[in-house]
Amino acid sequence: MSADAGRTGLGEAAPARGGAPLDPPGFSLSPAWRRRLSTLVWGVVSVGLFAGIWEGLWALGYADPLLLPPPHLFLADIPGTLQFFDRSNRVGSVATGGGVGALLITMAWTTMRVVVGLALGFACGVAVGATIHYVKFLRNLLLPTILLLAPISPVAWLPVAIFVFGIGDVPAIFLVFITVFFAIVLSTGAQIESVPKNYIHVARIMGASQRQTFWKVILPAILPSLFMTLRLNLFAAWMVVLIAETVGVGTGLGQITSMARSTFNAKLVFFTMAIIGLLGFLSDFALRQVQRRMLWWIAPNQGGAR
Amino acid sequence: MTRPAVSIQSVSKRWTPEGRAPVQALSDLTFDVAPGEFIVLLGPSGCGKSTLLYMIAGLEEVSGGRIACDGEPVTEPSAERGLIFQEASLFPWLTIADNVAFGLSVQHVQPVRRREIAVEMLKRVGLGDMLDKKPDELSGGMRQRAACARALAMRPKVLMMDEPFAALDVQTRARMQDFLLQIWRDSGASILLVTHSIDEAISLADRVVVFTARPGRVKTIVPIDLPRPRESRDPRYHAYRDMFAELLADEVDRAFAEQEAV
Repeated sequence: MSADAGRTGLGEAAPARGGAPLDPPGFSLSPAWRRRLSTLVWGVVSVGLFAGIWEGLWALGYADPLLLPPPHLFLADIPGTLQFFDRSNRVGSVATGGGVGALLITMAWTTMRVVVGLALGFACGVAVGATIHYVKFLRNLLLPTILLLAPISPVAWLPVAIFVFGIGDVPAIFLVFITVFFAIVLSTGAQIESVPKNYIHVARIMGASQRQTFWKVILPAILPSLFMTLRLNLFAAWMVVLIAETVGVGTGLGQITSMARSTFNAKLVFFTMAIIGLLGFLSDFALRQVQRRMLWWIAPNQGGAR
Repeated sequence: MTRPAVSIQSVSKRWTPEGRAPVQALSDLTFDVAPGEFIVLLGPSGCGKSTLLYMIAGLEEVSGGRIACDGEPVTEPSAERGLIFQEASLFPWLTIADNVAFGLSVQHVQPVRRREIAVEMLKRVGLGDMLDKKPDELSGGMRQRAACARALAMRPKVLMMDEPFAALDVQTRARMQDFLLQIWRDSGASILLVTHSIDEAISLADRVVVFTARPGRVKTIVPIDLPRPRESRDPRYHAYRDMFAELLADEVDRAFAEQEAV
């Protein structure tokens, strides 16, 4: 499954283009379904191959099951693994062995931190980006600082986040926020700059006020590119949230991984990695669906404003 | 005499490119456009004819002189003065009908009424069955017709077009010219159309305003005294074409000479 997450990338799964002739003669599927089926089959083949090599190395004795337990080992012992998950989101609570429910709750908390951080970062990023684009005084005042802070790795913000917000959800959300915020701020200004002048001329001739021009013309024109920026930063957000959970939250999948490392529990490490990979994959899929519904005028893999 | 739809008096335009000497784009233009008149602005490229349209539209300020529409000085853009660009510039996130209704939505016309007007306008430009299509599902000619519908939905008194057919192929172009004449008759608006095509000027215009090379001035104004539809085989048509070719040749030579001097 971790292979799965790596394979998806941002575009459509590349192997799907290969288009294997899957259906037997006389049995026809619509092209869209054939493409989906092909994507699925290639996905299974890809992950299967990855797992197969791993299993093979184990069978040949190259992969020590204590250090690199192959999928059938770390997946076989799910009940044993699940006892390390806890239903509560309390810091330092002793795992009570909450079973599948606890696993889902842990996944949900981590996902929540990513989603809230991304949503806040996106909204605030667009707001700040647009404001400093239009208000020259604020641009002069804020842009140098923003340019100075933007290249700093979100991980470097972790101590700051803990100093300011303490241990809990907020530092993790803050870190995800930081991951997208600066990228969106800078991208917003650049995208507003590149909105075709004639769009704005049309709006002005039709008598649109500045406010109407922004909401009805500029925002829809820049949204596709901003959404692409968001998607590009999604995986970074997933990386950052785990680090934040390890250090600054005390719960969530990051905490489980950290605990598994310190207790030398390789099965738990790989199980959690698989879960993280799956979540990353699903969240990218979800964002792509949102993009298709909300930004229907743009082809799925095409980000730029036109 | 009736009040002119557009009155242009001693209008000039200077640009000051950053760090360089100012450029005189237009100098001392004076002419009137009568209500319902079809004016073609013809001139070598770079002579500032498009700039004049932008100034009449209110998107650019004049550096000197005065532009008035219906007696009112132009200070800002208005839906009464529609402008159509070389690219249709439809919004890709709106359907064709919503694009046409955009100006009405900005002016808070009720959605039902908006739709009615959009449908009526699109029928008028022959796109009655394209209402809910996306702009990029349409051909270049169709997009330009939709842009016309969008401008006409605001019932403009003056319709300005900046080389509207330059990006279209020859066949589409000829059909679009017929279409435009029909729109012009139906709407009763004055039209100001910028082109560098002599044939386009002769086929469409009541009067052709010929520009000099930069700085653009009015070289001469030629009424086209031919009944419509105009036949390119007509000997009088040929006479006009020769005349315009000669008028422009001088200007193109000058424009070249100036470019080489720079």
